[in-house]
Amino acid sequence: MNKNMSYMDSVHRCGRIWNLSMTVVLLLFPLAVGLIFGAAPDWHGFWMGVIATAPMYWAVAVVETFTFIPMLGAGGSYLSFVTGNISNLKLPVAINALEQAEVKASSEEGEIVSTIAIAVSSIVTTVIIIIGVILIRPLTPLLNAPVLEPAFSQILPALFGALGVVFISKNWKISIAPVLLMLVLFIFVPALNAGTVGIMVPVGVLFTLAVSRIMYKKGML
Amino acid sequence: MDFNINSPILFLLVGVIVAAVLGQSVFFLVKAWKRGREIGMPKEKLKKIASTAAVFTIAPAVAIVISVITLSKDLGLPLPWLRLSVVGSLSYETIAASNAEGAMGLVFGQVSNLTASQYITVAGVMTVSIMLGIWLVPVVCKRLLGGMISMEGRDKKWGEIFTNAMFIGMISAFLGYVFCDFLGVFSGDLRGLIPVLVMFVSAIIMVLCGLVKKRLGWRWIADYALPISLILGMASAIPITAMLS
Repeated sequence: MNKNMSYMDSVHRCGRIWNLSMTVVLLLFPLAVGLIFGAAPDWHGFWMGVIATAPMYWAVAVVETFTFIPMLGAGGSYLSFVTGNISNLKLPVAINALEQAEVKASSEEGEIVSTIAIAVSSIVTTVIIIIGVILIRPLTPLLNAPVLEPAFSQILPALFGALGVVFISKNWKISIAPVLLMLVLFIFVPALNAGTVGIMVPVGVLFTLAVSRIMYKKGML
Repeated sequence: MDFNINSPILFLLVGVIVAAVLGQSVFFLVKAWKRGREIGMPKEKLKKIASTAAVFTIAPAVAIVISVITLSKDLGLPLPWLRLSVVGSLSYETIAASNAEGAMGLVFGQVSNLTASQYITVAGVMTVSIMLGIWLVPVVCKRLLGGMISMEGRDKKWGEIFTNAMFIGMISAFLGYVFCDFLGVFSGDLRGLIPVLVMFVSAIIMVLCGLVKKRLGWRWIADYALPISLILGMASAIPITAMLS
């Protein structure tokens, strides 16, 4: 138990150091470019740009942090919030790995499984982007080929069709209400689309938790 | 030094930061792997988890490369490479860059040569506006997961339902998204059916993988069922789109 606690404690300690260091490193990029080229930012443009962009994404970040951490685990969270692409890549990778290993997300084995899956996914993504950058000239006509465009624009339906059938069949009782709610909302509310699906994830999670709690209290689960 | 959005020094700076991101991933991978072996998790099991995650990641990662190419037309190659190797996404970076360029009187998509000042302004807006999650996780992660563990300690069954409900909540939002253009089908625009059909193809392939595993005992097909369904689902989008567009 002590060993278990000390592993988790060390994950949190290292995660804090890594993430706070990465924050500094990322902020240093525009600063370094400014110093090297002897340029200052357009402060008016900067603040106007931040005011137009940050409030929505900061609000989403707060909700996503509280929603995703319990699903990603400690190591997975520290990594995912630096490397990004959480709901379309890191979370499905973690969920699939937990399912494949048949372990619970909240167990120590679950923590290890999700961290390994997310770390490998991050490494592969980073390496593929590096290859893409190096080979950008020969790759651009291939990846931008009109014949492939439909395949890359349908990643999310292909991903969540496969994940959905596994999880819904195993948890069908708690799935009916949130799936129906989301279908109705996305079909009939025009503002809900690819750009707003990220905002609807926390809504779906909170609604499913509320419905599950009611069903659990009534002895239906 | 003359500024250029594809200056070699920018590639060097981004390369160093991307190496740090890679370093963090390798660090956590090694740490989790060692701990897994310590508590008796078989090496084969860990290898299988890693290889499935790697195979599954390829197609979405290629899509990210396409996003880098898309953004590079305006911002050069180094900045999109950096932004999409860390917290960013195509939609976020496009919005952040458009807002920053718009505030400086430029139009995103029509800029051929940013000055150094404009470039660092855009990079600054892109960085600052998405920063919160990176430093919020260190603040709340331990407490939040501690709360989950104590909740499970009080009521184990509810703890399990809680985790499953979170997964289902997320999946239901994306299933809803698949139907976001469905209403157009009733007015004759069949394109709204494309994501729906792709989703069904992928789901059917996932079910078939499960059946093959059960009937023929091919364990490996279950391990790679998600990447197989993802790739074949994406491939099915090509003829489905051709038929319905």
